[in-house]
Amino acid sequence: MPTRKPSDVIVVGAGVVGAACAYYAAQAGLSVTVVDRGSVAGGTTGAGEGNLLVSDKEPGPELELALLANTLWRELADVLPPHVEYEAKGGLVVASGESGMRALRDFAARQEKAGVTTQEVPGDRLHDLEPHLAPGLAGGFLYPQDSQVMPAHAAAQLLHAAGDRVRLRLGEEVTGILTGAAGEIRGVRTAAGELHAPYVVNAAGTWGGALAELAGVHLPVLPRRGFVLVTEPLPRVVRHKVYAADYVADVASGSAALQTSAVVEGTPAGPVLIGASRERVGFDRTLSIEVLRRLAAGATGLFPVLGTVRAMRTYPGFRPYLPDHLPAIGPDPRVHGLLHACGHEGAGIGLAPVTGQIIARCLTSGELPLDIDPFRPDRFTAPEPAPAPGSDPAP
Amino acid sequence: MTASPSEPYDLVVVGAGSAGLAGAVTAAELGLSVALLDSTTQSGGQFYRHPAPALGAVRPEALHHDWSAFSDLRRRLAASTVTHLTGHHVWSVVRESGESGAAAGETGETWAVHAITGADGTEEQPVRITARALLLATGAYERQLPFPGWTLPGVVGAGGAQAMLKSGLVLPGRRIVVAGSGPLLLAVASSLAAAGARVPAVVEAAGYLRYARSPRALVTNPAKAAEALVHGAALLRHRVRVLPGSAVTEVHGTDRVEAVTVSRLDGDWTPVPGTGRRIACDALAVGHGLVPQIELATAVGCATRALPDGTLGLALDDLQETSVAGLWAAGETGGVGGAELARTEGELAGRAIAARLRGRRADPDPGRGVGPGRVGELRRRRDRMRAFADVMSAAHAPGPGWPAWLEDETDVCRCEEVTAGRVREAVTELGARDARTVKLLTRAGMGWCQGRMCGTAVACLAARGGTPEPPAERRPFAVPVPLATLAALDERATEQNL
Amino acid sequence: MARTPADLVGAQPDPPFEITFDGRSVTALPGQTVAAALWGAGILAWRTTREGGRPRGAFCGIGQCYDCLATVNGEPNRRACLVPARPGDAITTQEGHGHDRLAV
Repeated sequence: MPTRKPSDVIVVGAGVVGAACAYYAAQAGLSVTVVDRGSVAGGTTGAGEGNLLVSDKEPGPELELALLANTLWRELADVLPPHVEYEAKGGLVVASGESGMRALRDFAARQEKAGVTTQEVPGDRLHDLEPHLAPGLAGGFLYPQDSQVMPAHAAAQLLHAAGDRVRLRLGEEVTGILTGAAGEIRGVRTAAGELHAPYVVNAAGTWGGALAELAGVHLPVLPRRGFVLVTEPLPRVVRHKVYAADYVADVASGSAALQTSAVVEGTPAGPVLIGASRERVGFDRTLSIEVLRRLAAGATGLFPVLGTVRAMRTYPGFRPYLPDHLPAIGPDPRVHGLLHACGHEGAGIGLAPVTGQIIARCLTSGELPLDIDPFRPDRFTAPEPAPAPGSDPAP
Repeated sequence: MTASPSEPYDLVVVGAGSAGLAGAVTAAELGLSVALLDSTTQSGGQFYRHPAPALGAVRPEALHHDWSAFSDLRRRLAASTVTHLTGHHVWSVVRESGESGAAAGETGETWAVHAITGADGTEEQPVRITARALLLATGAYERQLPFPGWTLPGVVGAGGAQAMLKSGLVLPGRRIVVAGSGPLLLAVASSLAAAGARVPAVVEAAGYLRYARSPRALVTNPAKAAEALVHGAALLRHRVRVLPGSAVTEVHGTDRVEAVTVSRLDGDWTPVPGTGRRIACDALAVGHGLVPQIELATAVGCATRALPDGTLGLALDDLQETSVAGLWAAGETGGVGGAELARTEGELAGRAIAARLRGRRADPDPGRGVGPGRVGELRRRRDRMRAFADVMSAAHAPGPGWPAWLEDETDVCRCEEVTAGRVREAVTELGARDARTVKLLTRAGMGWCQGRMCGTAVACLAARGGTPEPPAERRPFAVPVPLATLAALDERATEQNL
Repeated sequence: MARTPADLVGAQPDPPFEITFDGRSVTALPGQTVAAALWGAGILAWRTTREGGRPRGAFCGIGQCYDCLATVNGEPNRRACLVPARPGDAITTQEGHGHDRLAV
């Protein structure tokens, strides 16, 4: 079996997080091999809506990441081709009643202190922003920093822009982690042979727990299923990312039960995307009629004009979440040379650049943009016996 | 008829073509309560598509082979207890929980069939029909390969031209070239010619010699051989030239077809340079065989099998059941094989379902091969015709060289106007290795038809000359559904059982 | 040899009626779809595409390809190969997605 020329680092996963890790590592002068058992954007990235949000995040470490990522995405939008469809269109959170409005106001005030720009929109001004919104809403908050990209292109164009320092090995599944005498990383084994590097970055998304297990460490990444409904092509009917106030509570919830909240947004290509559902059902791809009903009811509730518009397709995605809803980013103290960049739940597209930047800085001993202690990969204690309950094997 | 409004039917049959009709009347004659759903207002499916009564066709059989087999089924349907629900477009079937550990039909488990109604499914009231067993007889749609100019008005599907003629008594032009690959082309050419069109050529990409490699399948299927002879004689009578080993490699015209260029192909379907010649025409009817329409089944996890022509069909057991218990399929869904095979499979499925729901075996002694009696006879006929269908299918599999006739500017995806150049860029530059990623990066297959028209081409281009993966035929919505309809999917409001 | 499809099947249709296509009168037979009526009048295109503005009409003929989308009596995205023609129907060439009136 031929052993190929070693790289400085191997990134496992060609989703948007892996692509961003490869991009920033290459920018820092490192040679990178990206290996994925499928295609570029073949996992959760390809099922995402491409949200770059600050509006749905409580003040705290994830919001800090999101604010940094927001700036990086603006920079990337200038560098990457227009295919990534970067749009700084802003998010609009709406409330149906006064109590909802009060909750939004409190939430926004706390976010403002953390550096988020917010703007209260009274009920009678909502239609200036979104002419098709249902009548009678109490009001909302506008978040001008919220943006959107086309996720699959974001991943593909980041890898493409990374240039010759990045080698892509697609359709090659990692079956083992190679370690040296002291337990340090030496590379990975794939179905096609061995790939050598002193560092391995786990950017395997929802399957990051399984990859960690190959390296002998515990990282309880679990799938949280969401469906997206996609309509027929439309002109610009919805200008912002518009969602109902209960969305924030659902995002932060740890419940396994089905939660849905109305999230509606247009795309440059024409179709309107409708979310969002959250449920913990493993990797089950079976269509749920109840989810579709709730998503459609939520969307037509916010935008009655969508009632006669047809849904053309729907697909599930599996958000990679960790029990405390924060990602794992940075070196794993348990295995020298192993770094993690996974578990971003529904925020992976948005948080990809800052994640990639942190990983690149870790690899080059550069200055970190923020304290990454909240994201340390060894913060979860392994249950006894070792294998994590419910951790699905990578299919 | 079922006993009460909430009582499920014993059987819902989706599709009222040859297979669905045979399955529905057989099951009803054996005592089951049956609902037969079809998107059109008539029965007969694509093969026996015929004019609406108001068109007053005295001789509809003039456009059909073996019309008596259909009129027979239609008579049995009229005399049966089958509830025939026309204008029902099924967009999803869902298994609803029953007792675990036993096959559907033997327990309280039911299927829910979700449909929208109206001529093109735009009426808003959702319909939900429940049944203890389900028979999918959803037929096939036509496979297309792109070529320069194929989006010009006047280029129509070969099956499409046939369908418009059979139901609407219209032609797309006066001088129609028929092209592509597959046995349907001869039937289409002879109908068009009989209906008054001039057909200057039938352009067939395969070399017909390949049939000769399996003479046994031909000899044992005299009905198919006779059908081919009938078409052959009709073509001779209408002075239609058949050009094997050739393809239309370009369509000429600005806003509609004015002529086509026909080129010779080598054995791999690569056009031979310098062989192009122009044929004047005002329409082109084109198709490359048929693709089983199986998305209702793949959505609930039914296993598929790769067919010799590069399409996917449902994997079925000896009695037409899919890998999902309680869900049967018949006709083209298991592989394209024609109306007679579809009828045979439909009857076999109807008998198997009746036996299952009655707690009996359809096949009293599986140890004795296909078994005696009617079921044994049906199985023997089915197996013989399936073998023939596989030979035909293999003969018309697209050769690996066809993408050579694409130009970078040729639209591959008609809906989203995605060119061959963009698909190739996604594959060579952006890391797309399969049709799904090509779709994500180019939108090819994301439009209204959900990849039905471009799926084969995208799979071939994604394979970069290797063996393409058959298109996955996964479409969670078999037809687009208005959001208001989805929002109204409240169970109580939508029970439509009779 | 039959001269027309109607001759071939010995059609004795109910009386024809008029529909309009972009304001022009077109004769339809009862039982025909909108697409069949338009083909009968020699019209092969009744939609322009979203990106290229290219003309399109019926292609697959059986409701699968959605190329035949037309605006029928003001309602966009009707599959002309499935929708029956009714007396007085106003068919208009559909431009792109057909939903311009929704644009904000």
